[in-house]
Amino acid sequence: MPDHAHTSTNPPLDLAPLLTDRGTTIVVTCGSGGVGKTTTAAAMALWAADAGRNVAVLTIDPAKRLAQSLGLGELDNDPRRVDVPLADPDGQLWAMMLDTRRTFDEMVSHHSTPERAQAILSNPFYQVISTSFSGTQEYMAMEKLANLAATKQFDLIVVDTPPSRSALDFLDAPQRLSSFMDGRMIKLLATPSRGVMKLVGAGFALFSKAVTTILGGQMLTDAAQFVQLFEDMFGGFRERAQATYELLRAPGTKFVVVSICEGDALREASYFTDRLRAEHMPLAGLVLNRTHPPLADLSTGTAQVAAAKVAASAPLASAVLDIHRQRLEVHAAESHMRARFDRVHTDLPVVEVPALASDAHDLPALREIGRRLTAASARVG
Amino acid sequence: MTTGTPTDDTTEKEPWTSACRRARLHVITGKGGTGKTTVAAALALALAANGRRVLLVEVEERQGIARLFDVPPLPYQEKKVAVATGGGEVRALAVDVEAALLEYFAMFYNLGFAGRSLKRMGAVEFATTLAPGLRDVLLTGKVKETVARMGSDNRPVYDEVVLDAPPTGRVVTFLGVTEAMSGLAKRGPIHSQAEGVVRLLHSPDTVVHLVTLLEDMPVTETLEAIHQLRAKHLPVGTIIVNAATQPQLPQDALVLASQRDLDIDGLADGLRAAGSDPTPALLDGLREQAAEHAIRVLDEQLCREELGAAGLPMLELPRLVEGGDLGGVYELADRLAEQGVH
Repeated sequence: MPDHAHTSTNPPLDLAPLLTDRGTTIVVTCGSGGVGKTTTAAAMALWAADAGRNVAVLTIDPAKRLAQSLGLGELDNDPRRVDVPLADPDGQLWAMMLDTRRTFDEMVSHHSTPERAQAILSNPFYQVISTSFSGTQEYMAMEKLANLAATKQFDLIVVDTPPSRSALDFLDAPQRLSSFMDGRMIKLLATPSRGVMKLVGAGFALFSKAVTTILGGQMLTDAAQFVQLFEDMFGGFRERAQATYELLRAPGTKFVVVSICEGDALREASYFTDRLRAEHMPLAGLVLNRTHPPLADLSTGTAQVAAAKVAASAPLASAVLDIHRQRLEVHAAESHMRARFDRVHTDLPVVEVPALASDAHDLPALREIGRRLTAASARVG
Repeated sequence: MTTGTPTDDTTEKEPWTSACRRARLHVITGKGGTGKTTVAAALALALAANGRRVLLVEVEERQGIARLFDVPPLPYQEKKVAVATGGGEVRALAVDVEAALLEYFAMFYNLGFAGRSLKRMGAVEFATTLAPGLRDVLLTGKVKETVARMGSDNRPVYDEVVLDAPPTGRVVTFLGVTEAMSGLAKRGPIHSQAEGVVRLLHSPDTVVHLVTLLEDMPVTETLEAIHQLRAKHLPVGTIIVNAATQPQLPQDALVLASQRDLDIDGLADGLRAAGSDPTPALLDGLREQAAEHAIRVLDEQLCREELGAAGLPMLELPRLVEGGDLGGVYELADRLAEQGVH
């Protein structure tokens, strides 16, 4: 083993039994942007389908070529069967890409009468909320998950969450949105006559004036109308948000944090880990993606001596040895980062997934990632 | 366009063009995970060389600059964070939307201490939620103020301002202040401030740079963003390729190695000479690593060609083994300086 080899005491994350267990009905991947979350979700889904399960993968924003290889041409709010021969003919693979706006529209329609739904959907303020409110995408991802789970059409649903930074927005957004719409401010501004002066004094009147000057009176009128229209639905929304939250904490759900072996990404992973545990969410472990373990058992020193010996006579051989030395350097840095993470999260199961040479955008590559993801059990078995 | 590395043609065309040299506001964007903040910091350091004063601004409230420069979280104040080669300095500012809005109200309305209770009530979050464009107007408004600010000597306080902007997915909306304002009131102080921002962003004082990795998704997003920025007539400066792999093999050997067809003469001899037994497993492992390296380099070349379609000058930064720290920022700043950034 190389000099800086990391001797991990963390248990291995064994995804094979987790994905084949009939008790596992939902797997949620989370992590920061650019760590390969979507690819990991797709690879796990394909692996489970190959193992004979009926699997749906819900993706948020897949790379174009990956989406194409899953048969996802464009945003399509319902799962489509992926046309691929699976190892176990009983398996099925379904995939869909989240359409945030449509999911929101469907949720509104579901909770109100057709006339009222129409009034809400055409309200300009609704358009703002359903497209730009921070966390709407996360909220709708969970809404869609709850919908899919309720159909009982699938044995397993793998959900990719939107890349988030320092926040688990899919946990927080429903709460934030309902407290925003239910909040004091919106009521005060929508009906400013109700003795608000008592609350904050003259400052508020000024603020209200300032806000009106900036936002324009029309927007406040729209907001007021929106709140009125929504009032009846709040109860339904909140219940639903609560039910989704419970679904995420149910024993059939497993969270998988995905990270690469770099400082910022691991810091986020560490945050996600703490947060999921604090919320008592069923955390399966960490996928440490795109690592670079050496494929040749040769120390840095020996590689250096060998490269020097043949530098003049065989420059290609010397270059190949240099490639090895650089790989050892990268591996040492990765081991160091991982050791720091492990020290904090000593009991968190971890699986390392060595990087493919190329970005994964076809089914064979996804299968290869699936193999690497489940290698822990292969070694044990 | 050649298919080689961009450094090949620097003799013909400086990647750091005269437009980049005359700009005073450098907007840095990139897909999440491309190292946008690190590159913005390196650019600020490179520009600050030889006695210049540069302000590095972040607007996403995540204290990325403080982490990178290893200083305590930045308050809503301009703080010196680094000294550049030859004595310049980089100051940093983390713009806080709430503070910016309250500062702004205080300028035009005498809120007194009521401002604090408004903050407690979530008034600011409310206003910026109701009108998401307002947030961007406030943030870009603050940036504009730092670019325009004059010192007592009648010269700009900052020679250059480097903005660590939102990622490519959001940057066009962020800079599209005109659209944001159309949803807001048609008069009033914020409106005239926003007009000033629009003038600055569309003037030769501003350039937008796009940070990308040589990977599929960031390249696609970069090209899309360039297209959108151009459609809005926003000035695009350079593409900054980050974390590029340094090729270790000559071009013809790369192709053979990627196909696992490379004859590596002398490898076994070299190993034997160094006292190591060249077992088939060892030789296979080394060959496989060379193949992975070659595939990576060839993929990156394809990405570079795709980026070439944008017709923009490109700067290139290497992948650093342990890059996420201050030493890494200085190293990248040196690499930018070598490519003519000043």
